[in-house]
Amino acid sequence: MSLTREQMAQRVAQELQDGFYVNLGIGIPTLVANFVPNNMSVMLQSENGLLGMGEFPTEDTIDADMINAGKQTVTTVKGASIFSSAESFAMIRGGHVDLTVLGAFEVDVNGNIASWMIPNKLIKGMGGAMDLVAGAENIIVTMTHASKNGDSKLLSDCSLPLTGKGCIKKVLTDLAWLEIEEGAFILKERAPGVSVEEIIEKTQGKLIVPDDVPEMIFS
Amino acid sequence: MAGFDKVVASYEEAMAGLQDDMTVLAGGFGLCGIPENLIAEIKRKGSKGLTVVSNNCGVDGFGLGVLLEDKQIRKMVSSYVGENALFEKQLLDGELEVELTPQGTLAEKMRAGGAGIPAFYTATGVGTPVAEGKETKQFNGREYLLEEAIVGDFAIVKGWKADRYGNVIYRHTAQNFNPLAATAGKITVVEVEEIVDVGELDPTHIHTPGIYVDRVVLGSFEKRIEKRTVKTAE
Repeated sequence: MSLTREQMAQRVAQELQDGFYVNLGIGIPTLVANFVPNNMSVMLQSENGLLGMGEFPTEDTIDADMINAGKQTVTTVKGASIFSSAESFAMIRGGHVDLTVLGAFEVDVNGNIASWMIPNKLIKGMGGAMDLVAGAENIIVTMTHASKNGDSKLLSDCSLPLTGKGCIKKVLTDLAWLEIEEGAFILKERAPGVSVEEIIEKTQGKLIVPDDVPEMIFS
Repeated sequence: MAGFDKVVASYEEAMAGLQDDMTVLAGGFGLCGIPENLIAEIKRKGSKGLTVVSNNCGVDGFGLGVLLEDKQIRKMVSSYVGENALFEKQLLDGELEVELTPQGTLAEKMRAGGAGIPAFYTATGVGTPVAEGKETKQFNGREYLLEEAIVGDFAIVKGWKADRYGNVIYRHTAQNFNPLAATAGKITVVEVEEIVDVGELDPTHIHTPGIYVDRVVLGSFEKRIEKRTVKTAE
């Protein structure tokens, strides 16, 4: 079975470490916040200028001046800080954020990522995505392994305009956990009940399959 | 106005001197911390052919979106746009030009503009459509893009409190691009919720020192929320 969105978030959360500063993109990455282990402290960075994002407010505490990068009303956790957009991107571009999780349309064997623009459709903009992929050392891309038509999103060469070049090393799809090294995807783990054959079939870029590919473990 | 006193009595006075075809830098992220009354004054004034530098372009009927109604904006420099139908229509009809700029690069362009730095190198955008036509250079084996700073004829800024000398503090995430825009306007106009006497703000807590600010005006604000999210009862 392919992973649900919640299971994908849960698998990403296994990569968190105590004391991590983390930037979560919109969509599945946002769900990762729900799976932070109880014995761990992580601080969420929101690129509009907030480090230490909390949960949604109540009707009583809602405040138009307190939003996240998705423009949703939020709160702060104890120990949070607020700053300008330049300061926020100094953190991101200066490599100070420990983990960045974001979605994508395509990733390729050279670590290129396309996530912001589909030609001939309305282009809304890259927001902070280009800064995040260029600045972060530790990035996890979350996406479905193939499109609804069955076209692979793990390619030898991205077909869409790039968000960043040579910057992606880890990818979690609904079928597999993969790492990118020396021009190939390396199959590290598979979703429970998903065969190696199915992953091979749905991966267009060069794929290295080790002798043993364990199933992901969810507690 | 006398000495360091930057307070003006009206919005008309606050935006005096704005002319057609000027470049206006605007603070705000989405609808949070936008100079909503200064935008409304630009609409009232009817200035046209404007280049507006702002992370976003408001929504239909609010924020910078209202300047689209009478086609006052010729060009937007933004990281994320298109939350409004009118924006999309004018873009597709070729009436509006858009220069999409990565958000961190946009912030840094304003910061550099205000700091007298004409251009800077960044890794953001290398190998992407953003890099087209731009100089690149290698530092320590990595490729970087040369991005030019931005300076505006006007900067329009939303603060929380200011004193009469133009020292400004912002509230929560309504800070965002505001202090950067404030540094990079030839004329910087700040509208605030409260004007206090000089000496009332703790100097340690000033976000924008008055040296950057030319005019301060007192306003009242709707503060529209773009995405109202609340915790569901547990």
